[in-house]
Amino acid sequence: MNLLSKILILVMALGLAACKNPNRFGADGANGANAGGIGANGLGDPSNPNSPAYFNQTVGDRVLFAVDQSTISDQGRMILAGQAQWLNSNPSYAVIIEGHADEQGTREYNLSLGAKRAAAVQNFLISQGVPATRLRTISYGKERPIEICSDEACYSKNRRAVTVLQLGGGV
Amino acid sequence: MSKFRLIAAFLLTLIAMPAQAELTIRFTDGEIEPMPFAVPNFIDEGGAGEFAENIARVVASDLQGTGLFREVGAQAYISQVTSFDAPIAYADWQAINTQALITGAVQAGGGQIIVKFRVFDIFSGAQLGDGLQFAGTPATWRRMAHKVADAVYSRITGEGPYFDSRIVYVAESGPKNQRQKRLAVMDYDGANVQYLTDSSSIVLAPRFSPSGDRILFTSYASGFPQIYLMDVGTLGIRSLGEQPGTMTFSPRFSPDGNRVAFALERDGNSDLYMLDLSSGQLTQLTNSPSIETAPSFSPDGSQIVFESDRSGNQQIYIMSASGGEAARVSNGRGRYGTPVWSPRGDMIAFTKQNEGRFHIGVMMTNGGEERLLTSSFLDEGPTWAPNGRVIMFTRESAGAAGQAQLFSVDVTGRNLRQIVTDGPASDPAWSPLLP
Repeated sequence: MNLLSKILILVMALGLAACKNPNRFGADGANGANAGGIGANGLGDPSNPNSPAYFNQTVGDRVLFAVDQSTISDQGRMILAGQAQWLNSNPSYAVIIEGHADEQGTREYNLSLGAKRAAAVQNFLISQGVPATRLRTISYGKERPIEICSDEACYSKNRRAVTVLQLGGGV
Repeated sequence: MSKFRLIAAFLLTLIAMPAQAELTIRFTDGEIEPMPFAVPNFIDEGGAGEFAENIARVVASDLQGTGLFREVGAQAYISQVTSFDAPIAYADWQAINTQALITGAVQAGGGQIIVKFRVFDIFSGAQLGDGLQFAGTPATWRRMAHKVADAVYSRITGEGPYFDSRIVYVAESGPKNQRQKRLAVMDYDGANVQYLTDSSSIVLAPRFSPSGDRILFTSYASGFPQIYLMDVGTLGIRSLGEQPGTMTFSPRFSPDGNRVAFALERDGNSDLYMLDLSSGQLTQLTNSPSIETAPSFSPDGSQIVFESDRSGNQQIYIMSASGGEAARVSNGRGRYGTPVWSPRGDMIAFTKQNEGRFHIGVMMTNGGEERLLTSSFLDEGPTWAPNGRVIMFTRESAGAAGQAQLFSVDVTGRNLRQIVTDGPASDPAWSPLLP
């Protein structure tokens, strides 16, 4: 088998794997907004309290963290309480919670740190009555900053956990 | 036919007579004055064409790149080397202050090239060591040049060779918030790049197996970070970490290549595990509510160095390869991560963060004699050359246009240099010396 055909097979294999990634409605899902084939219209009317757009913009889809911490702040708790309430009244959505870190850390440590942040959000949502079967976490470590400067102004926004809505009541 | 199978096609034969060695470079903590050397273009002994010059240039580049040697250019030569067996005009080379002279010859034809060379100690007026001869296919001409340079380097420094080796790394492209990543391999000097994956999924932190035939890495191909094993010859990939609801990452081979130590995250907590590749048996090595990751085996396989924040921030610990109690070895200020055991067994390379700067450093395995080799906005992820003399790592520049590049530095802290790659690159891991 020549190299090209090996690469092609590999590309196909990875392409199939990528298709497992479910439909997403995140405003800044790590793969970019609306990855998974859902257009911007899929987010719905932001004035409709049951729309993903309302969840992302009004309820708030993310909480921020202090440097090297995974403890949820008081403000974060308010946002997550709102998320839990929304999820409890919109049972057709499941979520993936993305944990992220800023670039001030080594790559693999930051993967762990992002996972801790995502788990902290997951546990809080469970404590607010959201069934664990609707929640799944993923860490991106420092791989997907949303702000790209190398100052605290950007770092503070990158240290985040984002609750990304998906269609389907369970993961 | 894969690059790695071509290795078997190499022949190694001795020619000429042993000679007395006077020409030496010894590594010390003091400044080293680079040793002047000359590598005239090799003699074409039939069909060699461009190989005669190209091989000599790669030999020169390898030696000069160590910072221990300085090439005396052809424009300074008084006498020319016109045949491989002609007597050496020592006085002419002394006159231009050349200490080491490398002569060689190349023969090509029938799908094969044969390279032979000799090293001369000009001021002793004698040949240094035996001449050597290598044979290979034309496609492997750079490897033969690296083998010549390795032999010269080893004879003069007394250190093990490392030029004939490869690097697996992550080739990067795209803006910082949409970085595309793909696995690639290249020669240690950046030549012969080969891409192993496309950029449809994030890939991180690859590692060569101890025999160079397999690569461990972390990929988001399933949508979630998991560890994978790739066969370099076939590019076939197998998942090692399929446990729903968990993240697996940071995989490293045991020195015998049969086991993989890695980090597994469940419910937000990362611990170290060991996977036996043939039986599939999984063993938990650490059990702590803190972050444990970045394992690295001692060369004899008996111990694992890793990072943990169990003390409150990232520090380096050593435990038995079967798990259990761990002893902390890092003691300085700041955070310590990504420990990598030297192939010689004597030192641990690490990433240190302190006062807003990142450093690559080394320390003895008991934590003593810590030495920081670099300092920048973001240096991380050291990997050792097969001879334990040189460390390669990722350096990323700051800001919105920040990019990752590969750098290497001597274990003494001298000779910091960028490895030229096609584009931004990160997470280098050195192969063993090729056979």
